[in-house]
Amino acid sequence: MVEFDLAVVGAGPAGLSAAVTAAEHGLRVALVDAGTQPGGQFWRHPDEQHPRPDEGRGQHLWSRFTDLRARLHGLESAAATTGRIELVSGHQVWFVEPAGEGFALHLTAVHGETRLPRVRAAALVLCPGGYDRQLPVPGWELPGVMAAGGVQALLKAHRSVAGRRAVVAGTGPFLLPVATGLAEAGAEVVAICEAGSLSGWARRPIDAAAVPSKALEAVEYAALLAKHRIPYRMRTVVTAIHGETEVGAVSVGRLDRSGRLRTDVSLPDLDVDLVAFGWGFTPSLELITAVGASTRVDVDESLVANVDDWQRTDVPGAYVAGEATGVGGALLAIAEGELAALAASRDAGRPVSEASVRRLQRQIARGRRFAAAMHRAHPVPAGWQDWLRQDTTVCRCEETTLGEICDARRELGATDARTVKLLARPGMGWCQGRVCGFAAAKLAKPVGEALTTSDLAPLAKRTFAAPVSLETLATAPTESDGAT
Amino acid sequence: MTDQVSLTFDGVAITAAAGQSVGAALTDAGIRSWRSTRRGGRPRGLFCGIGVCFDCLVTVDGRPNQRACLVPVRDGMRLESGGLREVDARG
Repeated sequence: MVEFDLAVVGAGPAGLSAAVTAAEHGLRVALVDAGTQPGGQFWRHPDEQHPRPDEGRGQHLWSRFTDLRARLHGLESAAATTGRIELVSGHQVWFVEPAGEGFALHLTAVHGETRLPRVRAAALVLCPGGYDRQLPVPGWELPGVMAAGGVQALLKAHRSVAGRRAVVAGTGPFLLPVATGLAEAGAEVVAICEAGSLSGWARRPIDAAAVPSKALEAVEYAALLAKHRIPYRMRTVVTAIHGETEVGAVSVGRLDRSGRLRTDVSLPDLDVDLVAFGWGFTPSLELITAVGASTRVDVDESLVANVDDWQRTDVPGAYVAGEATGVGGALLAIAEGELAALAASRDAGRPVSEASVRRLQRQIARGRRFAAAMHRAHPVPAGWQDWLRQDTTVCRCEETTLGEICDARRELGATDARTVKLLARPGMGWCQGRVCGFAAAKLAKPVGEALTTSDLAPLAKRTFAAPVSLETLATAPTESDGAT
Repeated sequence: MTDQVSLTFDGVAITAAAGQSVGAALTDAGIRSWRSTRRGGRPRGLFCGIGVCFDCLVTVDGRPNQRACLVPVRDGMRLESGGLREVDARG
């Protein structure tokens, strides 16, 4: 049994910042991360065992990462028994439960043998991050269609280019680094199809101006789009993907002001071998719901954790930072991680700087205003179901089609996402609805109706947060066994 | 210069840069799908690329259902395509 003052889950911007700050305040910290090296999805980078001079290529806020990494390594080798970090890389938390005055985390190795099956800690900072939100499109199950974040991960960590002729489609500012990253790596990007229109930004200039560094980024991207002659097409969507065994072409369409597909505009197909899709992000909420923390639906219709202005959830000892409190990007996540660590340190009786707390709280409030403006400018278009067909795959794991979901609603009377899931099986496969959950929840409701916590919370609740072997299940001690 | 490692995919030799994932190695070798779905028998390869979707499952050194996007390559590694094999407990 291992005892820590604090367990931090996730070593991306929020988790790294939280772990380092907490250890610097004297806490003994376990930092659990699925990656083989810290950085999370945002700072995914080449294997540090094989160092490269261009390690930071294509990265943003890279000096923030190298600073946090240096502090982490210093704290890993600290001689003191307090103020230390034990980094548990390559492990996922598959189960979390209350244990005495704190929490017990059950771990499983992402691949290979599990080195540390259980961690017990007095408090918990959950920084699980998120992944690209997806919407079904006819043909999206063909090889060559990828999540934008997956394309980016191949570039940043492996220097692999997922295709030669690409279209990057969906909505949101994340499409820009993916498209320019592909172009810089030598791929031809035939278009960015952005479903939104940037007029949404102009309507709320105060919110958009809240984070000045974002305006600088936009200028840099504009220059890169011009350099690589990448057309940025607004109110444009990929409506179908064509090919036999892999992507060969896509159909595109134009949206009207209300986000519905225009039938009076016909655009030529694009010949591509790669489609990178991103419709914003879905935060990972399974560990948050597992500890019993309450949730809400954010501006972008994502389920997120309720936190106070110290990053505390309503479960004593459990804090959340980063995308799981609302998708808002790395800068905000770093600030939230630091604040969560200050809160945990203070709640553990350590002195913290009140000035730092106030500075972080102001920065987070600004970041939240910016994030809300971004979400309003880049909504999932109202007409996203216009281009689906009855045979369109909705759940990639169980290969459930739209027609089967419609049957469950119409013939079997399913009126909520959970019942549709039980009858037609969307979200019952390996990924447990992480990919299709948003779309399946929307399809279970009348068109245009907003999602509520009661639609999303049951879908985010997963008995196990990661797949585990029967052997792990059979041998795992639990608190109710009284085993230690 | 990065180190090269050699591995096989369904018996065919491919090379990769040390530190790459299996999924990246297959991508660089021009291989885009390595399993077929249970129901439709459709080809699948990388989708989410970050360990969430389980589309890229592959058999690594005889161990089935490994996520190609997460497993790092190793010299002499044997990769095998195939269908999904149900061996794990799921929530």
